[in-house]
Amino acid sequence: MNFTYLLDPAHWEFGAAGGIPQLILSHLGYTVLALLIGAVIALPVGLYIGHTGRGSFLAINAGNAGRSLPTLGLLMLMVTLLGLGLLPVLIALTVLVVPPILTSAYAGMRSLDQRVIDAARGMGMRPWQVLTRVELPMALPVLFGGFRSAALQVVATATVAASVGLGGLGRLLIDGLAVNDYSRVLAGAIVVAVLAVLVDLFLASIQRWIVSPGLKGTS
Amino acid sequence: MITFEDVVKVYPGGATAVDHLSLELPTGKMTVLVGPSGCGKTTSLRMINRMVTPTSGRVLIDGRDVAGQDEALLRRGIGYVIQHAGLFPHRTVLDNVATVPLLLGETRRTARAKALELLERVGLSAGFAKRYPAQLSGGQQQRVGVARALAADPPIMLMDEPFSAVDPVVRAQLHAEFLRLQQDLGKTIAMVTHDIDEAIKLGDHVAVFRAGGHLAQFATPRDLLAHPADDFVADFVGRDRGLRSLSFDTASDLPVKPVDGLELDEAGRPLGWPGPDGLRETGGVFTKEDSLRVVTDLAIRSPVGIAVRVGPDGAADGLVSHHDIADYLASRRS
Ligand SMILES: Nc1ncnc2c1ncn2[C@@H]1O[C@H](COP(=O)(O)OP(=O)(O)O)[C@@H](O)[C@H]1O
Ligand SMILES: [Mg+2]
Repeated sequence: MNFTYLLDPAHWEFGAAGGIPQLILSHLGYTVLALLIGAVIALPVGLYIGHTGRGSFLAINAGNAGRSLPTLGLLMLMVTLLGLGLLPVLIALTVLVVPPILTSAYAGMRSLDQRVIDAARGMGMRPWQVLTRVELPMALPVLFGGFRSAALQVVATATVAASVGLGGLGRLLIDGLAVNDYSRVLAGAIVVAVLAVLVDLFLASIQRWIVSPGLKGTS
Repeated sequence: MITFEDVVKVYPGGATAVDHLSLELPTGKMTVLVGPSGCGKTTSLRMINRMVTPTSGRVLIDGRDVAGQDEALLRRGIGYVIQHAGLFPHRTVLDNVATVPLLLGETRRTARAKALELLERVGLSAGFAKRYPAQLSGGQQQRVGVARALAADPPIMLMDEPFSAVDPVVRAQLHAEFLRLQQDLGKTIAMVTHDIDEAIKLGDHVAVFRAGGHLAQFATPRDLLAHPADDFVADFVGRDRGLRSLSFDTASDLPVKPVDGLELDEAGRPLGWPGPDGLRETGGVFTKEDSLRVVTDLAIRSPVGIAVRVGPDGAADGLVSHHDIADYLASRRS
């Protein structure tokens, strides 16, 4: 074990191109973008399928399909089709985050106590009010769980960006391997792992904040 | 007044849930829809607030067809209580109760103030306001359900088996509280139950349904017990309907005999019946306000077959044996 790369202050200089802080930022950038795009696609679809029950096979199979698609292979395919750049990376990472978000949005909506929804309608809420005031808040624990696992996966996988010439913490792995600098590879692995933990802790605290205490222990 | 005009509901799939129902639920009264499971009670109830659309026929509230009215606005004017309360698990008790006032555009502050007042009305202290439904017992949840339905002070309440998910002791307590509440509020209530005893106890009117969504009889509880329309109703109200009908008359006209042979204290209050092994308990006493059913029960349970009446001060002022009760009932009939 050799921590020299990780512990060298020169590699932690802020704003330095290729420095660890800058790699973390670009890594987080890919992560956040992929999560946002994935959520924008998967949330409405998952909520709709869960709400209506139409197209359930899609929501159920999306989970399995997503897990079996190799992100690196998909990325290479996209690069061949679209050329180098940010777009193929975002597509590959988005494909990774869509299934867990879609599946959990579906599962969250399916798990709702229909009697409560019936009561909401019976009290005179309009469909939009039922969705935003009752269904979504009640589905939130399950839904947020899916979002957290999507975030974990994409933080770990965003290293692929480096393999097509972009930044992110994958740079440490790829460049380290290229010059047999295992200290640098180790630094990359550790920073990715710590980042994943921190991101999850951050999301957990958001979850505690936005999920009603009344739902604690019910999911 | 809620009017069903020749209403039919056939669900997709073929089951006729409600079959040519014509019925009037009088304003300010509680009408109970009762019958065995699956006979169309819930379906009928839910046609009032448009949760179910009739296949044919009309449902009117004060002469206005509900079909022409905006669904959400109609429902905000009708309290709705369901079995298991259906409370929002993610909202506090207070915010659950404030739901409809908020939908009606009141400020959060006014809505919450109203909610707090209603919680008190249904017997929940302010300490419950900040709790979540999961932290309440079944009976408490049901109370919150009733408070939530009452929050916007709707003239009409629909209640679908509101008390059936709680144990008998709590249910009896909720019944008593609810009757008191209704006495104050005078809402037009439609309540569904499968329990004929509950129907007779709570209803001003009772609509008995039979399988297939037919209305078998619409009557006051008293008439239902005295004159069941057919064998089905007679069977449904039970074989002890004669005895139960005694609940509707008080003992105010029941003649009593002078107090004799009963051991009393200095204030004239009954101590017991003298027997070979000392005093035997009377098993309870009745007043003029008690029902004939209570008196009959006391006479049956009494060690000497005699029920003891007391005045407002608790002093014994008359005796009734079960022969006297039988004579009284016979004289009333002729
Ligand atoms: N949404 C529905 N779709 C199809 N059939 C239904 C539906 N709701 C109720 N039914 C059927 O209609 C009949 C009456 O049901 P319901 O009104 O719930 O009876 P009750 O409340 O008296 O038990 C039953 O046979 C029931 O199976
Ligand atoms: Mg029912």
